[in-house]
Amino acid sequence: MIPALLGTKMGMTLILGEQGVAETVTVVRAGPCVVLQVKNKESDGYDSVQLGFRDVKPHRSTKAMIGHAAKAGTGPKGAVREVRLDAPATVAVGDVVTVDVFAGDAAKYVDVVGTTKGKGFQGVMKRHGFGGMPGSHGTERKHRSPGGIGASAPRGTGRSVKKGKRMAGHMGQIRCTTSALKLLKIDAENHLLLIRGSVPGPVGALLLVRRSKKRG
Amino acid sequence: MSQQLMNLVEKPYLKASPPEFHVGDTVDVQCRIVEGEKERIQIFNGIVIAHQGRGINETFTVRRIVGNEGVERKYLVHSPGVVDIKVRRRGRVRRAKLYYLRQRIGKARKLRELRIHHKKAAEPAVLATSAV
Repeated sequence: MIPALLGTKMGMTLILGEQGVAETVTVVRAGPCVVLQVKNKESDGYDSVQLGFRDVKPHRSTKAMIGHAAKAGTGPKGAVREVRLDAPATVAVGDVVTVDVFAGDAAKYVDVVGTTKGKGFQGVMKRHGFGGMPGSHGTERKHRSPGGIGASAPRGTGRSVKKGKRMAGHMGQIRCTTSALKLLKIDAENHLLLIRGSVPGPVGALLLVRRSKKRG
Repeated sequence: MSQQLMNLVEKPYLKASPPEFHVGDTVDVQCRIVEGEKERIQIFNGIVIAHQGRGINETFTVRRIVGNEGVERKYLVHSPGVVDIKVRRRGRVRRAKLYYLRQRIGKARKLRELRIHHKKAAEPAVLATSAV
């Protein structure tokens, strides 16, 4: 079985236990995904499957994509992602994968990969959690500044700022994995997964949900 | 479609007939308390000072005075822990949020009782209905 699925973030809500304990959940509409390609050790050097998700109109796709999807007997897909496998795939090109892959004991915990919300150009306090400068005691117009970024003439290196120095800049809109989130409920009829906690990105974002690598 | 799906997810957790009450009402909230094996009902009596949220997130805040100290508890309307809400007295209020009661001391804490004389005037404008 493939331990992963592509999905769409639908939003967050609560579910209530019998004793009234509320759990915060993210609703993900995952699958059905079509297997577009199966890679194996002999021809590709590693085992993996390529999953296609979200139909797109042929005129919005490319001929290459249409032809690639046609081999799997389906229309072009808007989201195509590859999932690495430890063992040779047990599915064939054209198979449809649904939330059933997580059913039962298959996955109690999942990792969710997505793209975080873009925050734009942000200062060091928000971006890296710097403490900023004092509010008073002689500080002038520098309350949120990073402070020093290194000596003016480090021995041997000349005047330079070390690479990787944390500064202000673009924040967010990067790939992010939230790991080991509990899978609370599966609704096979509507292709829904209820995952405890939050996942990256806005509502409507494309996500990759896979069986947790850290926790079974 | 997104919202419809979310409603679908929430629906099984919503109460079929949510208890009816208004801001300003003096209520008995029957809470289910589980102590080990045993289960009992505890009553929290006080004035509803706020009622907010929609759907499964709908909550209300009850304020009471315990030993000269104000105590507020916030409940989820649809929580199974809230067994029932009995309205003891209706209050005549002109606000949706009665946070001003926190500043009141002694007799000034009391709200005028809402008396309904005519069936027709059952829902007057002065009753700040935040009930959904």
